[in-house]
Amino acid sequence: MKLGMKLLATATLCMGLFATSAQAEDKELTLCWAAWDPANALTVLSKDFTKETGIKMKYEFVPWTNFADRFLNELNSHGKLCDLIIGDSQWIGGAAVNGHYVKLNDFFKKEGISMDDFLPATVYAYSTWPKGSKNYYALPAMGDALGWVYRKDWFSRPEIRKAFKAKYGRELAPPKTQKELMEIAKFFQGRVIDGKKRYGVAIFTERGSEGITMGATSALYPFGFKYEKTPGKYDMEGAVNSPDSVKGLEFYKKLYDCCTPPGHSDAYMVANLDAYKSGQVAMMMNWFAFFPGIAKDPKVGGDKSGFFVNPRQKEEASVLGGQGISVVAYSDKKDLALKYIKWFARPDVQKKWWALGGYSCHKAVVNDPSFPKSAPFAADFLKAMSHVRDFWQEPNYAELLQAMQRRLHDYVVAGKGTAKEALDKLVQDWREAFEDAGKL
Amino acid sequence: MTTKDKTTFIQKLALATPEPIARKARGLSDRALAWLFISPTIILLLAINIFPLLWTIYLSFTNYHANRPNMHVRWIGLRNYERILGREDVWEFMQITAHFVFWTMLLQVLIGFTLALLINRNFKGASFWVTVILIPMMLSPAVVGTFWTYLYQPQTGIFSYIINAFHNFGPIDMIGSVKLAPWAIIIVDTWMWTPYIVLLTLAGLRSIPDYLYEAAEIDRANSWQKFWHITFPRVLPFLMLAVLFRGIENFKMFDMVAELTSGGPGSVTEVVSIALKRAAFESWKTGYASALAIILFVTVFALGNIYVKALNRVKQ
Repeated sequence: MKLGMKLLATATLCMGLFATSAQAEDKELTLCWAAWDPANALTVLSKDFTKETGIKMKYEFVPWTNFADRFLNELNSHGKLCDLIIGDSQWIGGAAVNGHYVKLNDFFKKEGISMDDFLPATVYAYSTWPKGSKNYYALPAMGDALGWVYRKDWFSRPEIRKAFKAKYGRELAPPKTQKELMEIAKFFQGRVIDGKKRYGVAIFTERGSEGITMGATSALYPFGFKYEKTPGKYDMEGAVNSPDSVKGLEFYKKLYDCCTPPGHSDAYMVANLDAYKSGQVAMMMNWFAFFPGIAKDPKVGGDKSGFFVNPRQKEEASVLGGQGISVVAYSDKKDLALKYIKWFARPDVQKKWWALGGYSCHKAVVNDPSFPKSAPFAADFLKAMSHVRDFWQEPNYAELLQAMQRRLHDYVVAGKGTAKEALDKLVQDWREAFEDAGKL
Repeated sequence: MTTKDKTTFIQKLALATPEPIARKARGLSDRALAWLFISPTIILLLAINIFPLLWTIYLSFTNYHANRPNMHVRWIGLRNYERILGREDVWEFMQITAHFVFWTMLLQVLIGFTLALLINRNFKGASFWVTVILIPMMLSPAVVGTFWTYLYQPQTGIFSYIINAFHNFGPIDMIGSVKLAPWAIIIVDTWMWTPYIVLLTLAGLRSIPDYLYEAAEIDRANSWQKFWHITFPRVLPFLMLAVLFRGIENFKMFDMVAELTSGGPGSVTEVVSIALKRAAFESWKTGYASALAIILFVTVFALGNIYVKALNRVKQ
C-alpha cells in the first residue's frame, strides 16, 4: 500500500512537472532574424513584452551570409522553428504567394493598427503584396537604407584639406554627387596618414548572397537605372541596359578599381566594417543599421566619424534595406505571435526601439521634431528613406538576384566584358526567369 | 532413447509444429536465405540511392522549383538539357572544372610520387615525416578553405609575406585576382591531397619484392633503369587508382572552393558543383539543377569507366 502511494505521488509529481514545462513552452515565442546589432537591441526591447505578457522570447539569429539560405529553407519546408520572422523585403512576394506569411489585414483592422501610422516607403516595401496593394503580410519593423560613413577627423585636418583644395579646387567635405565621391576616394587612395597607408573607400563586392547587387545599385539608381520602362510590364530592354545604367555600372567598376583596399573583392557588411574600424579607409558604404554601433565605437566613434546619405547624380536614390516582421503561417502559436506584433506596433514601444538602436518606421518616432537631432545619422536616415528603391520583390526574386550577382561580379571584380554586355546578359537572364514564372 | 525412438519423437514434433513455420524452416534455400539477409541493405540502397537518382531524372524533365510549392509542375521534355548544353556559361564551368582537375592531378602525382620515393628510402625519422605529411589530408575541406582565406589575405596573410620575402611584389591578392584565383584553389587542393597520393604510392613501393632489384643489380642495371623497368610499372596501378579516386572527388569539388573563393572573382573559379548548388539552392531552379546534376553524373561515370578500362589494361 505504501509503495502504491509512493508510486502515485511520483506519477502525480511527474505529470505536474510535465504540465508546467509544456505550459511554459506554450508561452514561448521564437523570433527569427539576422545576427547583427539591431537584433541585440530587439532582445533588450522584448524583455518588456515578456514582463507585460508573461510570454517568453527565444531567438534564432543567423549571420547575414547564411540568413536567406537558412530561413528560406525553413519557410519552404514549412518548418515550425520560427513563430515570428523578420524577413528581407525581397521575400515578401514569395512568402505571400506561397502562403508562408499570415495575411495581417483582419488582425490590423481588429486591433486598430493603421498602416498610415508608418512611413509610406516602408509600408510599400516591407508589407504589401502585390506591391502597392492594401494586402499586408508584415508590419514595418526595421527601417534601413544604404548610407555612408567617413573619417570626419581626417576630413578636418588642415594639411589634408589644403592638399585636397589644391588638387580639386574645392573644400574637402562629404560628397554631394557620385563623381565627388570618386574624387575624394581617389584623393585618399594610397595616402599616408599618421604613418600608415590608407585607402579611399570600402564598397560592397560580395559574390555569394546579395552584396555586389546592393553596392552597385547604390551607383546605378542615381545614374538613372530602372528595372522596367513601364512599371509592372517587365519591359526591361532599354531600362536595365540603358545608357544611364551603363554609365552607373562603369562608375562602380572604376570606383572598385581605383579606390578600394587590396583584397576587397568579396566584401559585404562585416568586411567593410573591419576595413573602416581598422583605419584602412576614409569612407565606407554600409547599412544605417550599423551606424549606432559606429557612433559608439571606441576607435572610430564620437567626433571621428561623420555620416552622409548616398550621393545623387542624375537623381537622388538610396538602396533600401530593412525588414518587416511577419507571423509564420506554419507556427502553432500564431495567436501569441500576433500579440507580439500588436505590442510592437505601439508608439511607446517604437520610441524605445529607436532609443535602443533599432530603426523605427513609425511616424510617431520619425516625425517627432526632435528626431533629426536624436542621433548624428538620424537626419540622413530620414532623407534616405524619402527616396529609397528596392530590388525586385517577385516570388522568384532569388533567381533574379543570383543572375545580377553573377553578371555584376563578372564585370566589376573579374573585369569580364563591358558594362553594356553585362547588363545585356542580365536582361536575357531576367527575361528567361520571368518566362519560366509565366510573367512573360 | 534408441535411434528408432528418436526418429519417432522428431516425427511427432514435426507433426505438432504449425504448418507455415515448418514449411519455412524446411523450404528456405541458401539463395533465399542470402536474399533475406541482404534485403535490408538492398532496401536501404534503393531508398537512399536509387530512388533519389530516379526522382532526379524525373525532375530534370520538369519546370519544378522547390521554393514554389503552389506552382503547377509541368513536363517540359528536354528543355532543361537544351538550355544547359546551349549555354556558354555551362561550358565555361566545365572548362574551369577541367582546368582544376588537370592541374591538381598533375601536381599531386608529381609531388606525391617524389615524396613517396624519398620516404621509401627509410631514413631516420621517416615515420615521423609520414605522419607530418599526412596531417593536411585529415582536416575538413571547409576548414582548410576558411583558414587559407586568411593565409592568402594580401595585406596580413603569410602567403603574401613569404613571396615578398623573395621579391617585393607588393600585396598579392590570390583570391581577388582573375589570373591568380584559379591557382589559389589548385595550390590549396594540392597541399591538402598530395598526402593521399603519397600514401597509396608508398603502399605500391613497399609491395615491390627486393629480389627484383637484386636481380637487376646482378644484370648491372643503373638507377634509372631500375626505376623505369621495376619501380614505375609496379607502382603505376596504385598511382592510377589514386588518380581515379582524386579525379572523381575533384570533379565534384565543392566545399573547399566554396569557402575559399565562392566561385569568384566573377565566375573565374566557379567549378560545376558551385554552379549546381547555386542553381538548386540559391536560384531554386530545381528542374534545371537536376538536369545539370544528371549531366555531371553521366560525365563522371563515362570518364570513370574509360579510366577503369585503362587501369585494367595496365594491371594486365
